[in-house]
Amino acid sequence: VSLGAALDGKRICVCAGPGGVGKTTIAAAVATGLAARGTRVAVVTIDPARRLADALGVGPLSNDPQRVPGASGELWALALDAKQTFDAVIERLAPDAPTRDAILANRIYRELSTAVGGSQEFAAVAKLHELATSERFDIVVLDTPPSRNALDFLDAPHRLAPLLQSRAMRVLAAPTGVMAAGAGFALGGLRRLTGVELLEDLAELLGALSDLADGLADQAVAVERLLADEATAFLLVASPERMSVAEALRFSERLEAAGGGVSALVVNRVLVRATDRERLGAAELAPGLDGDERLAELALRALGELRAVADRHARGIEALTGAVGAPALLVPDLERPVADVGALGDVTRHLFAGEAERARLLDASAF
Amino acid sequence: MIDGRSLLVVTGKGGVGKTTVTAALALALAREGRRPLVVEVSGKDDVARLLGGPGTHGAYAERAIADRVRHLSIDPDHALREYLDAHLPFGGLLEHTRLARLLFAATPGLGELLTIGKVWELARGAGRDCVLLDAPATGHAIALLTAPRTFAAAARGGPVAEQAAGIRRFLGDRRRTGVLAVSTAEELPVNETLQLRGALDAAGVALAGVFVNAVYPRRFTARQVDVLAAAPATAASRAGRFHATRARQHAAGVRRLRGAVGSVTAVRTLPYVFDADDVARDLAGRVTR
Repeated sequence: VSLGAALDGKRICVCAGPGGVGKTTIAAAVATGLAARGTRVAVVTIDPARRLADALGVGPLSNDPQRVPGASGELWALALDAKQTFDAVIERLAPDAPTRDAILANRIYRELSTAVGGSQEFAAVAKLHELATSERFDIVVLDTPPSRNALDFLDAPHRLAPLLQSRAMRVLAAPTGVMAAGAGFALGGLRRLTGVELLEDLAELLGALSDLADGLADQAVAVERLLADEATAFLLVASPERMSVAEALRFSERLEAAGGGVSALVVNRVLVRATDRERLGAAELAPGLDGDERLAELALRALGELRAVADRHARGIEALTGAVGAPALLVPDLERPVADVGALGDVTRHLFAGEAERARLLDASAF
Repeated sequence: MIDGRSLLVVTGKGGVGKTTVTAALALALAREGRRPLVVEVSGKDDVARLLGGPGTHGAYAERAIADRVRHLSIDPDHALREYLDAHLPFGGLLEHTRLARLLFAATPGLGELLTIGKVWELARGAGRDCVLLDAPATGHAIALLTAPRTFAAAARGGPVAEQAAGIRRFLGDRRRTGVLAVSTAEELPVNETLQLRGALDAAGVALAGVFVNAVYPRRFTARQVDVLAAAPATAASRAGRFHATRARQHAAGVRRLRGAVGSVTAVRTLPYVFDADDVARDLAGRVTR
């Protein structure tokens, strides 16, 4: 198992997994490793804090790719801004300035493009499409947004397409015939529930968007094709803790159902179980600890606790590899947070080093 | 933290142990003689399965998952259907039209509003039997809690806006509603907890307490840490160093949290559970003490 081999020839690498497992860090480490191997890489992160920028050793990231100066090879990074990404799509597809302005100024558009629910998923796939089709990069690494449901972003094009392909928007713009009757019923219901003003805003937005409908629908289809492409790899990032394993297994099932399947599995922040466990007692340890037998006992207690966790992690990893059907690349719990270039380099080594070197690194951190 | 509140909303960054803490809280409340109703959204049933019950398998009915603990899973589509049936003639029919579904889906915050509306309905009638909402991670939880306000501002008339105002009053009443943030002592979860505090302040919703989960106990004195650092690298000395480093990082995280919110909000630490098969039951004795 090697990440380099799993990602060889891929154009897109999607880092998916439950919240809080370190997807952003892993995405950055994967991008760093790929750049060092000589590919031109763009990494898209959903990092609201400056943490990734710090880890990469660059200033604040923006919605456009920025070259990472210290990186070996050609590495570009950006932090996804949902609203700017949407605005760019509208600007590109709008047939004229008045349509564009009407959409950008619409109250519902503004709320939709900044709301948490769903907007980041749409923006992430839109950005992915933009970068992947730009020819500026050999591979785009995507850190996925925290979703309410596993892999919401995979569904983003699906959810968008029917809305755009339905005649709803055209009907709203110019209601006629049978569709208009249905629309009247639906709109009447919505009006009774929500009041008139909201409805007018919505009708205005959908009316204006109908001029972009074909372009948006084409893009949704193109994105869907991109995600299903052979050249797209899905990296499942998981934590070895029990609750997270259960969630990761659901991710894996969803990916399988979506026809993608997991290209590689990364288990992050593992307490590694030593293959050969040291069995020294307090009396043997004390001489190395200023003769302090009490301290030796405390250290042994700590060791016992970490080993219990390592055993639990080993069971979690076993469950993951069994279900995913791929061996796991383990990144040990590195004791210190990955907040600088050096620490990120450690993670990259655990992912990209040769098999023997990776085993040696893991062993050095095992308990 | 809990007092006599009838709605407790548990949220936090992904991976901090939100669901485990919710389950522990439910067990603790049941031990105190209350009958908590655990509510999960987006069709989830993690708490139910954690406590050993079978999953809900898409059923949206209240049921017992432990002694004196009930559970309900809410799904936005289901909430919408229920709402339309209750408030509109032919409402159920409306939900079946594709256009209506598209329009509802395109209306910002409507799904969140219907979900929190359902929770509000349950909590309003809960009395002593409080509702424990295992809310989504921070960002989505904020969207859920601010949906009534967002919506009341957007739709100035109609029953939804009226109801939104009622929900908003309930959520803003600190005697009845409180948010419990779950964090760990690590940098990113602490940051997110502080962001949550800011967002709740802006929304006028009370942050009733913060649970700092999975905190490493402090076992070593500064002198012992120095001795460990200079010791030959055995598994035991490395374990001691790892343990001590983690405990020090965690103590700093807890200090940072307490410094930022501790004067107005209770901050309670929960220990990292090194070896227990049932973490929720293990923590139940500690969450309300």
